[in-house]
Order: sequence, then structure tokens, then C-alpha cells
Amino acid sequence: MKLITAIIPEEKLDEVREALIEAEIERITVLRVSGHGRQQEIVVQRGKKVVPNLIPKVQITIACNDAFEDITVDTIIRTARHGGGEVGDGKIFVQDLKECIRIRTGERGGQAI
Amino acid sequence: MTWKRILSLVLVLGAGLPLGAQGTGPVNDSGATAWMLTSTTLVLLMVPGLAMFYGGLVRTKNVLGTMMHSFAAMAVVGVLWTVVGYSLSFGPNALGGLIGWSRGLVLLRSIDHTILPAGVPEYAFAMFQGKFAIITPALIAGAVAERISFRGWVAFITLWVLFVYCPLCHWVWAPDGYFFNLGAKGAIDFAGGTVVHISSGAAGLALALFLGVRHGYPKTAMAPNNLTFTLIGAGLLWVGWFGFNAGSSIASNLETARALTVTQVAAASGALTWVLIETIRDDKPTSLGMASGILAGLVVITPAAGVVQVGGAIVLGAIAACACFGMILLKNRLGYDDSLDAFGIHGTGGIVGALGLTFFIRDSWWAEAAAKSPGWGILSQLKVQAFAVGATILFSVCMTLLIAFLVEKLVGFRVAESVEKTGLDHEIHGERAYGLNNLN
Repeated sequence: MKLITAIIPEEKLDEVREALIEAEIERITVLRVSGHGRQQEIVVQRGKKVVPNLIPKVQITIACNDAFEDITVDTIIRTARHGGGEVGDGKIFVQDLKECIRIRTGERGGQAI
Repeated sequence: MTWKRILSLVLVLGAGLPLGAQGTGPVNDSGATAWMLTSTTLVLLMVPGLAMFYGGLVRTKNVLGTMMHSFAAMAVVGVLWTVVGYSLSFGPNALGGLIGWSRGLVLLRSIDHTILPAGVPEYAFAMFQGKFAIITPALIAGAVAERISFRGWVAFITLWVLFVYCPLCHWVWAPDGYFFNLGAKGAIDFAGGTVVHISSGAAGLALALFLGVRHGYPKTAMAPNNLTFTLIGAGLLWVGWFGFNAGSSIASNLETARALTVTQVAAASGALTWVLIETIRDDKPTSLGMASGILAGLVVITPAAGVVQVGGAIVLGAIAACACFGMILLKNRLGYDDSLDAFGIHGTGGIVGALGLTFFIRDSWWAEAAAKSPGWGILSQLKVQAFAVGATILFSVCMTLLIAFLVEKLVGFRVAESVEKTGLDHEIHGERAYGLNNLN
């Protein structure tokens, strides 16, 4: 089992989500997050230019069985990228997942996903 | 010269002028003037109220953009009305009565010393009417929320006020207007059922059809981001509406109190009915339903506030809630995207009010109408009302489509899909409504 965490641009959420559902990956958790990488975004407040050091992004967390890792990652890359790719398009982290438990039934492992 | 001396000089001059004018014209009635100034303030309060009402209903990414639509109307029409709007609306007939016009009224120059026969300075009347011109285009924003550009909106409301609102206002409220002189005692539109609500509702519907649905509608759920705002907004609208309706008597007397009473009753009846329908149908009374019912009741009583009594107001409020609820269900079935139900509530409620009021007019009004035109009855008045409603819808829809087409071609009206996805707040205004998302 894998735990996939993707940090994506806010405006790409709809597209990524729709594509994931189409690929039959329907169990996802979405969070609003702030952070910084290499992207800079200049904001003007009352005529003064301000560079916020934290930029809002959307984080998607997906737990899946090993067979679904590639299609999940590929779908996110395909839909979250701006055109040919831009600074700020985000990152995907893939981790091994030790255990997954469905609270309702107590099931464990792959079938609980 | 210190600023205190300048101020005292202004005060002396200001106090001297009306005294000089007293011998020739009507005398100022301080009671009526005080109420008109209060009403003017109350109607202005409805605009931030509307901004909150709409601002709470959109998604998080469009809160500021949506509230800016209302505030833009305050800024744009606030200037436009004094420059030419008042002249176009309340000047004497020009172009065969299609519109009013008086060069003297440009920048309100000729009313500097005028006290109206009602005992109210014309400045107070002009400013009161100006607030109506502000809120009417602001109402349209609800139909096209979350997908229009700011400059497109500014261009649209500028043209719309000049070519739709001002002519309609002239027809209905200027003493030499078309609708003012229909039938025995004119088409009844006390505070703007046709001019404000039907015209903006119909324009909203036309614009929603012209611009098309939001990306993802109706498949993606587009839930309100903050119904607390919406409730506060509905409350502010209710309070402001007392100025809107009771101020429309241009007096401070029995008629004013009558209008205020039925306004209160109709709003309450509308809210009660809407929540009742929801409870029976879906088992849950919602805060959005409460806010919508208040608005439906307020809209329906707007044309009727001068002629109906309490019983009629209760019935009209209840009918409006049913009709608006039904219209929103119908919208969901038909699939057009009147995003915040500008037509669903203002258009529908306005039509129900303008037609329905005929059946609840007080006896003294009928007596006066019969004295002017013998045998004048419900049917004859209903024809006049239906004509005013039909003409308003036709005029508003045609002109709105024409203006929308021009705006789309000249400055661009609908935003790009990427802007719509990120949200108006960030893309157009470079801001965000809620700071918690960005922990700087």
C-alpha cells in the first residue's frame, strides 16, 4: 500500500479531482495548505508591492493499493501541470503505507482501502 | 482664513438661501425632510447588505469579487446619477417621452435652491432616487455571479443605468411618464416592483442565458461559503427596506406608516411561508430559506406598499414565497444558471406583487379611481398592471441583451476558464477574502 501526498495549484483542484474520479480513484482527502518553494507571487496592496512568503496551495492525500500507484501519480501530473510545466505546479510524495484500517468494520490492509 | 471661519461662512450662506426662497416657493417641512434623509441613508444601507447577502452565497474564491459588484454600483452610479441620471429620469419628456431630459439638471445645478411641493428639498428626493438607481443594477449581479470580469461589469452597469433604468424610472415615476398616466390612476408601482425588481430580475435572466453556465454547473456542487454573511445581509436588507418602501411616500405621514406596516408584515409572512415549505418538503428549516423568504416578502410588497392593507400583505408574502420557491425548483429542472436567483426572487416576486396587488387594494383607492373614471374595477386595473409588467420585461430583456453583446465585444464580459477556476478574488483583485488561508 502507498500513501500519495500531492501539493497542487489551487485552480487545478477541480480538474485533478474530476480526472481521478474518471480513473476510478474516488477516495481522497483535500486540505488547504500554505507553504513556500521556488514560486514567487507578487501582490499589490494600496500601491505597494508585497511578496508573501507563504503561498496557498491545495494538498491531496490518497491511500491506495500498489497497483494503483502509477495511474494515480500519472493522472495528477497530467492534470495539475500548467501547459509545458511552470514553477509552482507542485510536488507529489509517495510513501509506503504500513497499515490501513476501516473504522466501521475493523478490516485491515489492502481490502480496507 | 482658518477652516473654522470658512465653515461659519458656509453655514451663514447655507442658512440664508432658503430664507430668501421662502416667499416664492413651497416651505420646507422639517419632519418630512428628516424622514427622507433617513430613508435615503437606509436605502444605501441595503447595498452593503446585498453585498453580504450575495458574498455569503458564492464559493470562497469569489467572495470579494462578488461583494465588489455591489460596491462598484455605489461608486459608478453614485457619480453617474448626479451627472446625467437624475436628468434622464426626472427631467421633462424628451424624444416623445422615451426619456426625460433637462440641461439644468445635469450635475443637479438647477435644484440648488428647490424645495418640492411635498416640503422636501429636491436634493433629498434626488439622492433618495439615486440610491434606487444604485441598488437596481447591483441586484443583477446575483444572476451572473462567479464568472464575469470587473471591467465588463462596470461597463455593463454604466450602460444599463443609462439605457434601461433611467427610461423605466421616467416612465413609471416622472409625472409625465407613460405608465404614470395609464388608466384611471396610473400603473401602481409604489416603490419599484417594475422599475427595480422586475427590470433587474428580467435583466439577470437574460444575462444568465447570454453568458452561459459556470464551469462545472450543475454537476459540481457549488455550496455557499458563509451563510452567516447571508443572514446578516438579509437582516440589513429588511431594515433598509423600510427606507425603500416607507420613504417612497415622499412624506412623513399616514401613508408612510401604512407602507412601513405592510413591509414588515409581508417580509415576516414570506419568511414564515418559505421555512414552512422547507420543513414540510425536506424536513429541515434552513437559514438560507429564512433569508430567501424574507427577500421574497420584501420584493412582493414593494409595488403594493401604498395600496394594500395588512391582510393583503400577509397573503402576498405567502404567495411570493411559494412562487419564488417554485421558480427555483423550475430553474434547477431547466438547467440555466441564475446563480444566486436574481430572477428567481426579484423577477418572480416583483411580477407576483405587481399583478397580485390588484386584488388587495384598499376601498378608498377604488373610490378615487371610480371618481376619475366611472366603473373602474379590478379587471381594468389588472390590464394596466399586466401591460406595465409585460412592457418592463420586454424592454429590459431586449436592452440587456444588446448591452451585454456590446460589452462582450468591447471590453470582454465573461472571464477565461482559468480565471473562473482560480476565482475572481485572486485573479482579478489580487486579494483573498479570508486571511487564514495564507499565514503571512
